[in-house]
Amino acid sequence: MQIRIKGARVLDPGNIDDKKDIIVKDGMIEAVVDPEYSESADDCRVVHADKMIIVPGLIDIHVHLREPGYEYKETVATGLKAAAKGGFTSVCSMPNTKPVNDNAQTTKFIINRAVEAGFSRVYPTGAITSGSRGESLAEIYEMKQAGIVAVTDDGRPLENAILMRRALEYCRDLEMPIFIHAEDLSLVNGGSMNESEFSTFYGIKGIPNAAESVMVVRDIALAELTDAQIHFCHISTRESVEAIRQAKKRGVKVTCETAPHYFTLTDEDVKDYNTNFKMNPPLRSEKDRKAIIQGLQDGTIDLIASDHAPHSSVEKDVEFDMAAFGIVGLETSLALSLKLVQDNSLSMEELVTKMSKNPAKRIGINNDIKPGKTADLTVIDPEISYKINPEKFESKSMNTPFADFSVKGDVFLTMVNGKIVYQKSGV
Amino acid sequence: MQFTKKDILDIDSLDQKEISIILDTAESMKEISQRPVKKVPTLRGKTIILFFQEPSTRTKLSFDTAAKRLSADSLSISKSSSSIVKGETLIDTARNLEAMNPDIIVLRHPSSGAPHLISRQVNCSVINAGDGIHAHPSQALLDMMSVKEKKGKIKDLKIAIIGDIAHSRVARSDITGFNKMGASVFVHAPWTMIPKGIEKLGCTVAPSIETCIDEADIIMMLRIQKERQGNILFPTEREYALRFGLDKRRMELAKKDVTIMHPGPMNRGVEISSDVADGNHSMILEQVTNGVALRMALFYLLSGGSRNADSN
Repeated sequence: MQIRIKGARVLDPGNIDDKKDIIVKDGMIEAVVDPEYSESADDCRVVHADKMIIVPGLIDIHVHLREPGYEYKETVATGLKAAAKGGFTSVCSMPNTKPVNDNAQTTKFIINRAVEAGFSRVYPTGAITSGSRGESLAEIYEMKQAGIVAVTDDGRPLENAILMRRALEYCRDLEMPIFIHAEDLSLVNGGSMNESEFSTFYGIKGIPNAAESVMVVRDIALAELTDAQIHFCHISTRESVEAIRQAKKRGVKVTCETAPHYFTLTDEDVKDYNTNFKMNPPLRSEKDRKAIIQGLQDGTIDLIASDHAPHSSVEKDVEFDMAAFGIVGLETSLALSLKLVQDNSLSMEELVTKMSKNPAKRIGINNDIKPGKTADLTVIDPEISYKINPEKFESKSMNTPFADFSVKGDVFLTMVNGKIVYQKSGV
Repeated sequence: MQFTKKDILDIDSLDQKEISIILDTAESMKEISQRPVKKVPTLRGKTIILFFQEPSTRTKLSFDTAAKRLSADSLSISKSSSSIVKGETLIDTARNLEAMNPDIIVLRHPSSGAPHLISRQVNCSVINAGDGIHAHPSQALLDMMSVKEKKGKIKDLKIAIIGDIAHSRVARSDITGFNKMGASVFVHAPWTMIPKGIEKLGCTVAPSIETCIDEADIIMMLRIQKERQGNILFPTEREYALRFGLDKRRMELAKKDVTIMHPGPMNRGVEISSDVADGNHSMILEQVTNGVALRMALFYLLSGGSRNADSN
């Protein structure tokens, strides 16, 4: 069956920005045509998308799907359904499951679960070290054969510098990017929010900016030493942004991501010991928030990833310092990021680059909107205003600081492999 | 003027008027403890649960004594005797306590914000008896009561607080409280113990212990927690005493009518020398006496005391 998405603006940065119809068949983009072009198959299903924007499928390279092991927080199926609703045609799953994805078998299990679920695609990441324990390298080559696109010990830093060096060297000819969770645990020292006047006021132990940036600086040095490619996850501080900016100028093969909460909220928003504002790294100061936006503008920060970290009430309805770090993000990421376009911090084209093209490049896939390419598409309704309602999430968890947050822009339709995996109801 | 607060969670959530009502009520409660029969029937039939999840002698005993002098029934549970060790969450424990219909729960807890968490879950009153490094409102209130008693006022006094400000809930509550009541608060400590942005609470970080002590009407010394030494906050207790301890020599810099306070328990010879602790400027034991009266006042006010009084 043919599907024709009609009447929208098609925006594929560097390729196309025009009012076009997209005709999809057998999982492929069959044609990108002028709206006047009237020829189509008899069984063609037309989706009217006037005033919408069609972009190459959004990709979130930092998602905790929690399966295997923590199915009460999220499963591959519920996480990918949430991804589809959030406009993401593909996500990278983080390996800190139980067991840790440090072996080909677990990698295959995750991929199979995703195929069974039939929503968005998953590109798993595997652990750098066995069990993410930071002691010895995991079997990265075999995991690569099973389908991982990057390695990371996300959730914890690789503290041992010589092991990080060896990992970078070992991954070089595998062309396997290393996603780095930059954190010096001795500086974190049991903290659970940003170290500032607010942590002092609430009596919550603080995490200084330096806990992140000292590791960023160390790993840039190691990337230079080994000529390897590195990617920093969830950058939150102005010092990290500046270190990466300078490294890029020197030609270091470094990329990085930030998450929507780091350019939307600050530590001043942490109130009433509300654990939905607790994540790692923590919400930083207004100065940091501004530096993150600047980093996005000048290209220092390559992409936006949500760090979707579902937790149940068991981990969140507790004392602040005992609560788990992390918030869900798949179903709020696009709307929060669109605010950057609405306040003229980024152009729509730049935003699509940060949420689709650069993530695709980072994990080595091509998602151009061209005839013959796989039909992974996101259709955005940029004008609709609403309040975020966690009760309506497809994710199993509702741990978000953005409940009742006013946003503009939503996903209208998500297509994966030519199949509509999400379409907004009531339209 | 009525007192309408449901909970006493921290000093920040009390306004100047409410603090004044508490201090005035406490003053009138003090006399009860001086009677031969130290008991009034005021809170007969009321149930107060003392829920202490951290070791405490003085504070717990003070709350317990206060409850008994007002004829309330006080029950106490501690961490080792509660289901917390069996893995029950704080909210579940609090809901279970509430199901037994107490009127007031007094909570001490190692996590900052724990009383705030349970106050949203239960209908009875909650008194914070110390949460993490956040707040210790009843201590700050008894400190204010003691200062007011000694100096006749709080406004315009200079209060020096010396010691581990970073890890002290007493310091945070005292800074907020004395600042609210119009005093000037100065703090001093090694920089390892001065938390970021402490000035925003309403104090000045003094550049040296001499400038901190100099002209102070009140000098409050904080306990140096030996168990934190692994945290590299200072080299040795000996060096701490040398640099930051209050002893006879430093007392010569102080005003003649200076008053020395300490929330206890003291480390004699570390933050405070014995001659100063036991000297005639010290009102450390009066703080303890006032603590009972102050906590009686809190129980009384939270039980609708002023409302009852008005209707009589």
